[in-house]
Amino acid sequence: MAKQRTLLTGLHFMNGDVACAEGAIAAGCRFFAGYPITPATEIAEHLSERMPELGGIYIQMEDEIASMAAVIGASYSGLKAMTATSGPGFSLMQENIGLAVMTEAPCVVVDVMRGGPSTGQPTLPGQQDVMQAKWGSHGDYEIIALVPSSVQEMFDLTIEAFNLSETYRVPTMLLTDEIVAHMWEKVVIPSSEKIRLVNRKKPNIAPEKYMPFMPDDDLVPPMACFGDGFSFHATGLTHDEQGYPQTQSSEVQHRLVSRLCDKIRKNADRIVRVEGVMVEDADVVVVAYGIVARAALSAIRKAREKGIKAGLLRLITLWPFPEKHVAKIAKQAKRIIVPEMNCGQLVREVERSAKETPVVFLSKLGEDPHTPMEILEAIRRSG
Amino acid sequence: MTEEMTHPLSKYLRSAMMPHIWCSGCGNGVILNCFVQAIDELQTDLDKLVVVSGIGCIGRTAGYTNTNSFHTTHGRPIAFGTGVKLANPELEVVVISGDGDLFAIGGNHFIHAARRNTGIKVLCANNFNYGMTGGQQGPTTPLEALTTTTPYGNIEHPFNLVHLAAASGATYVARWTTLHVRRLTQSIKRMLQKEGFCFIEVVSPCPEIFGRYNKMRTGLEMMEWFRRSSVVENFSDPSKAEITPERIVVGEFVNIEKVSYERLLHEKIAQINEKSVGW
Repeated sequence: MAKQRTLLTGLHFMNGDVACAEGAIAAGCRFFAGYPITPATEIAEHLSERMPELGGIYIQMEDEIASMAAVIGASYSGLKAMTATSGPGFSLMQENIGLAVMTEAPCVVVDVMRGGPSTGQPTLPGQQDVMQAKWGSHGDYEIIALVPSSVQEMFDLTIEAFNLSETYRVPTMLLTDEIVAHMWEKVVIPSSEKIRLVNRKKPNIAPEKYMPFMPDDDLVPPMACFGDGFSFHATGLTHDEQGYPQTQSSEVQHRLVSRLCDKIRKNADRIVRVEGVMVEDADVVVVAYGIVARAALSAIRKAREKGIKAGLLRLITLWPFPEKHVAKIAKQAKRIIVPEMNCGQLVREVERSAKETPVVFLSKLGEDPHTPMEILEAIRRSG
Repeated sequence: MTEEMTHPLSKYLRSAMMPHIWCSGCGNGVILNCFVQAIDELQTDLDKLVVVSGIGCIGRTAGYTNTNSFHTTHGRPIAFGTGVKLANPELEVVVISGDGDLFAIGGNHFIHAARRNTGIKVLCANNFNYGMTGGQQGPTTPLEALTTTTPYGNIEHPFNLVHLAAASGATYVARWTTLHVRRLTQSIKRMLQKEGFCFIEVVSPCPEIFGRYNKMRTGLEMMEWFRRSSVVENFSDPSKAEITPERIVVGEFVNIEKVSYERLLHEKIAQINEKSVGW
């Protein structure tokens, strides 16, 4: 029997990091560059074994700066490419994430969040990088970030991250945490023909007429790759539709940067995903994401048992922020509770979107995420 | 009406990018000229050629060459080029960048790409300072040289780039100055025909900035220094090839055969999949 060279299918028991790696493979990722870091290392280890089996490339670079640069290079050579890291490495990647935004390189960046700042608590979970994911590189830009709450979602949302990055030519982040990454759970992997895959648009015009940064109506330019015969230039400098630097033109700067933001903002309704549980009639809504959303789900169920109309809005997409969904529940709810494993990050976005509805923030730092009882207590107090 | 004259190599340049940004007397034009001369003589397939640059005066070269090109963040062209080369080993990846980009902010990528022996060809313009930002001290600034950030004379020891490249594992290492146009062109041709990691240092004049602070105000004066001090010593010990005001050792230092990283990688992939059939 030939060794398993194709994609996994069926029922599996695996941890979140491995599910992410298998999700990448199922998504068609054939290039991984990374640098060891807890708690993301298992993604690299698994891909170092699996990539060669599929003819894909695994390389351990000298640091995370190089990893991100290599991912962009591989993306421009036509492969679906990914890196995976944790907070300190994510910080090092930020400048080149900006390069990927500016040159519209489809790629996926996995950040398994641990406790920070600095070296922090490498083996413990956190949700402290959610603002860095949005604002970590300099300049104005938009990215997409997804947050899995289960090992199954580590698989599913990694595929989704590739599809979104290929659709919008934007770095897409999978923001997960140490618990989801190291937790073992059941994962159902559908057969490959049942997995929806998206590949970047290719130009269908003559090479001499190709303008590498001329967008279609969806604001996304078709992408030629090196070796395709299109001979184009790409730069991190502000550039015109031809890809040529325009460092003195305010008009080009405005046109380019606005489009880079608008291609995500104007497509936000297509991108954003949330899960609402019993929110329709809820007086109190918990807005949560990642591992914390699972404690929140348990809490709202317990609250309902006690006759409190509680609901959960689980954010699957963090960026672009699901502001319409939060605004909608804010009209119905008397109070919103936001538990996060940080000192108050995404709660600011919730407050901004909730307008007049009071928002209660529950902070948690260190080893344990919020318990259902802690969230239930907050629901009770606000009920 | 006079007939319009075009340079025979102009097809290798993006005319829409001209005029270039380089100062008069700068050596970057010579390096670009030698590079396109080399690809012309080799009849390099331009669809398979990718020129990658970092940040700095010479970093604009990627944009000027009429081929696949990418202008990366500061210091990262080799790391970017690693992704390009591994993803598609058929592509010829040439990094053209400066001493500050490749050896200060990007030094780590240089030594590791050389160690891995990824088939990336690096052409470095060494002008002894950060020209684009106005002439600050850099990793190749000679001892006691004056720059805008060493107003009392430089006290940092400069890198000997050919020694560093050889020690890191490069399969081809050479140094020329912009005075040595024919030898440089031949050297670039040789580099482009090799498989593994290659490095050519081109000592290049920056009269507008480095020269102005160091009593060589014109390109001609800087070229005069190169002419006076250069000695061709092929395959001499690169550790003894420090650049001094009196002596610039030029020539080929290393030219060895070593299997490239990407070849080993793809052989390994083939091996794994062959073996697995027997399971």
